Amino acid sequence: MLHPIVASATIPDALTFAIAAVISVIGALGVVLSRNPVHSALMLIMTLFGVAVLFVEEDAQFLAAVQVIVYAGAIVVLFLFVIMLLGVDREESLKAEPLPAQRYLAPLLGILALVEVVLLARGRWPTGAHSVAGRAEGTGHTNIYLLGRSLFTTYLLPFEITSALLVIAVIGAVLLARRPRREATVQDEEAATELEGADR
Amino acid sequence: MSIPGSFYLTLSVVLFSIGAIGLLVRRNVLVMFMCVELMLNAANLAFVTFARELNDIGGQVVVFFVLVVAAAEVVVGLGIIVAIFRRRVGATADDIHVLKG
Repeated sequence: MLHPIVASATIPDALTFAIAAVISVIGALGVVLSRNPVHSALMLIMTLFGVAVLFVEEDAQFLAAVQVIVYAGAIVVLFLFVIMLLGVDREESLKAEPLPAQRYLAPLLGILALVEVVLLARGRWPTGAHSVAGRAEGTGHTNIYLLGRSLFTTYLLPFEITSALLVIAVIGAVLLARRPRREATVQDEEAATELEGADR
Repeated sequence: MSIPGSFYLTLSVVLFSIGAIGLLVRRNVLVMFMCVELMLNAANLAFVTFARELNDIGGQVVVFFVLVVAAAEVVVGLGIIVAIFRRRVGATADDIHVLKG
């Protein structure tokens, strides 16, 4: 028999949640347990898709769309791009471990944290504080309208700062990934002298 | 009546723990990075759940900002990884102990 809390939900809701939850957990386990980084990236897409379905289930349609577009469409593709670019898509052995204790300690601590948070979540977590950014439901407006209004009124300054953050990130990435010119010329000279030496 | 929020929060905790364990166990830098994304996603799920439970759109706005920060973080992080791989061939985090005191 179903748990009474689950029974209060409609069957399609419960089914959607169960399937999406299983998909996300399988994907998350796949990220950790895959030996090939490419498989890890594909499993990450699976998890992100499962979480996007859960977002729809929780009436956050805009975030679900953004999740698929930005995360699965841009971030994971960037990961795959770097994996292919660096050629590290070979399988690594999960057996080799320089710190043997870490292998057993890490899951232990992770499960400990899980149990701790689950125990904490059983308490009364809603604080009863009044909403700052506006109501999420029951206003007669769509999710995108409410989100946009909140973003461009209450959270306008953080929104502006994120644009600065993105510009800084782009500049930083360009600086990091650029090959230093002086070093390159030195290497070229070295290669040239080596070639001359080989000729003699 | 839809699924209660505690179910979503439990799933979020499970996803976060898997990500944290993966970050500790794996040695490939790229996979560790993916585990960080996993943890960010678990936090997003918790935020959306609280936005629904407390009927406050602010939780969803925070998720929006987390997405932006995650995008910036991935760009810079992958730039660092590319820069490191250009200098040395090693793929694991243990090889990068130059900063060790």
